[in-house]
Amino acid sequence: MGVPTIEFPDLKSIPPIDQVGVEERAARFQTRSIKAETKMSALRLAVTMLDVTTLEGADSVGKVRQMCAKAMRPLPEDPSVGPAAAVCVYPSLVRVAAEELAGSGVKVASVATAFPSGQARMKERLAEIRYAVAEGADEIDMVISRGKFLSGQYRAVFEEIVRCKEACGKAHLKVILETGELRTYDNVRIASELAMGAGADFIKTSTGKVQPAATLPVTLVMLEAIQDYVDRTGRKVGMKPAGGVSTAKLALQYLVMVKETLGDAWLSNEWFRFGASSLTNDLLMQIRKQQSGRYQSGDYFSKD
Amino acid sequence: MAAERAGGGGRARKVVPKSDHDFVTGTSYAPAPESSDHVKLAKNYDLFIGGKWVKAGKRMKTVNPATEKVLAEVGEAGAKEVDLAVKAARKAHDSVWGKMPGRERGKYLFRVARLLQERAREFAIIESMDGGKPIRESRDVDLPLVAAHFFYHAGWADKLEYAFPGRKPRPLGVAGQIIPWNFPLLMAAWKLAPALACGNTVVLKPAETTPLTALKLAGLFEEAEFPDGVVNIVTGGGATGQALVEHPGLDKIAFTGSTAVGKMIQRSLAKSGKRHTLELGGKAAHLIFEDAPINQAVEGIVNGIFFNQGHVCCAGSRLLVQEGVAEEVIRKLKRRMETLVVGDPLDKNTDIGAINSQEQLGRITKLVACGTEEGARCWQSGQQLPGRGYWFKPTLFTDCAQSHRVVQEEIFGPVLAIQTFRTTEEGIEKANNTPYGLSGGVWTDKGSKIFKVAGAMRAGVLWANTYNKFDPTSPFGGYKESGVGREGGVHGLGGYLELQE
Repeated sequence: MGVPTIEFPDLKSIPPIDQVGVEERAARFQTRSIKAETKMSALRLAVTMLDVTTLEGADSVGKVRQMCAKAMRPLPEDPSVGPAAAVCVYPSLVRVAAEELAGSGVKVASVATAFPSGQARMKERLAEIRYAVAEGADEIDMVISRGKFLSGQYRAVFEEIVRCKEACGKAHLKVILETGELRTYDNVRIASELAMGAGADFIKTSTGKVQPAATLPVTLVMLEAIQDYVDRTGRKVGMKPAGGVSTAKLALQYLVMVKETLGDAWLSNEWFRFGASSLTNDLLMQIRKQQSGRYQSGDYFSKD
Repeated sequence: MAAERAGGGGRARKVVPKSDHDFVTGTSYAPAPESSDHVKLAKNYDLFIGGKWVKAGKRMKTVNPATEKVLAEVGEAGAKEVDLAVKAARKAHDSVWGKMPGRERGKYLFRVARLLQERAREFAIIESMDGGKPIRESRDVDLPLVAAHFFYHAGWADKLEYAFPGRKPRPLGVAGQIIPWNFPLLMAAWKLAPALACGNTVVLKPAETTPLTALKLAGLFEEAEFPDGVVNIVTGGGATGQALVEHPGLDKIAFTGSTAVGKMIQRSLAKSGKRHTLELGGKAAHLIFEDAPINQAVEGIVNGIFFNQGHVCCAGSRLLVQEGVAEEVIRKLKRRMETLVVGDPLDKNTDIGAINSQEQLGRITKLVACGTEEGARCWQSGQQLPGRGYWFKPTLFTDCAQSHRVVQEEIFGPVLAIQTFRTTEEGIEKANNTPYGLSGGVWTDKGSKIFKVAGAMRAGVLWANTYNKFDPTSPFGGYKESGVGREGGVHGLGGYLELQE
């Protein structure tokens, strides 16, 4: 791993993506039947991969504190479940989260760079990263300029990511491609290559503000891009589907896909995350169901 | 994961193993078997002749290839029973079925199609138990296609005149149909549906190792209240098949199976005046060009050769990769092969089930040994195979020469022979350099190349940027030693009709 080599990808060597093939392959993962111990261990794993997220205009200090408590101890009566990987907030709430989570091992992630549109001057976008890091963010989730990407200015997008990575300092950088706006799998593949070449620690599908957000096929395209990148450079890159993963069943299908594409080495929150808000309680509900054999009503799980 | 490790100083220290089904550290998923509790299998099955169940003089056993346990005993029809069946079919043709208006025949076929859909789960399970194919395939591929074939041909029954404008289509009479063990029920549907839609009556002989779903299907024909004798099912081995082929009372023989048997049939049919369609072996070339969508192509290769344990006449068993991407494709293919789940056919996670019979396992083993002897490099994935039953690991050969037996002969198992090519012309030449010509595949992102290559390949079925896709509307059949005639689509109907001017 070590320090990433910053290198603009060789666009000619990027393989084309066959849409029908990718969607068919992704559907195959959905036919895997995950049961018994496999299911329980996968549910527990999924909880530890959560980036518990709130990105609303109405976010309050109280809400962020609540979420931090939930992230550190998702099931109050069972300390063996969790903790989640990170809490993801806007820069202005990073300090609150950092204070709540101090010493817990749960990371503070912050969106930045004029999230979710990215429509601001580079100067302000970089300043936002520096501010979030100074406030205590361990991880930065940036957005790329989709306008530049779609008009073919790949070099500009690449350089933008390089500068954001520099601004992060020690913080980890997740690069949001906003796949719902890139339209084609070929574009997703190219954007993934740009981000990894520019030093991204993670590539991430979506902001959650645009539909479609994460889907299995789009995530598969990105996982395969990661695999090819690792084969080529030896540097591992993490993956984060965000938005749209709202049920435990779907989350397990993502994990099956990761296991059978990148392998067991990616099955930890160092290399795979779920960006989600409503997923947490469904995972917890399924864990209780596996333990007790019964479903409990939503009233038995705290809504945060 | 090493479960035990000997500590230093001779002190054996036992490390508690993590569950094999732990998602992160486990080597497999927890079992997810499809329940077979509701499946009704009798201990004995008789022959279905003239709408009645007729006892045969001799009996034979059919086993589950995944457990080697006997599932049931079925009748072994001799010349006498075959004669009874042909006579029953003739009577049904002359008295009822041949004269029946197409719209009425169509109703019967629609009824069977719907019954098949309703009972799909039971049929899928029996198909997997008797033949060894994974339940995922019998559930998601075989059974939907079986129903689709009956629906499609039911629709044709009253429209045959529009299929052949200017001609008067008439049924041929009685058809003898012999089907293989790789897709037992699907092949029965391929044969029965067009024959019946066109007004023929049939005597069907299922394969020796996989008679059960055809016999269960006979039950559906009873339920659908088909007139007696329209469909007759005689189980048995090679001798039964021979008795059927040689019976003078037939108007047509339809056979799917090996090229060797196909040649014998054609020889015995010479001068008999019987029509025939033969769907025989294959050794399909699967071409991967440098500009192909590589990751999807790798998946296509896997679907091409490991679908149904490679027991597929149109399997993509010869992989031809363009030099520039050969190393990458083989590396990715090996990685993908390691993730295939081999085991219990009834487990919903199984990708590769059991080899259909001990005999077939022997044939595969022999040819693979031959490949190594001839100098090709053999590689197998690392899955553990179950103790009982007939199994074979996903296997590939690199460094293959065109003359190697693993390149020339149909193996009919999960074994892939890989060669490389430099130019498009070389790829096409290698692809066509075989006595077979059933199917082929091509992967490239360039549309013009697809047309060029597909047009130059001498094969009856060509897939571009996909593989092993089937549809009742599409004709299927081969060039050269891969067969005579087409099945499916309008072309397939023609094989069961006399087209009067």
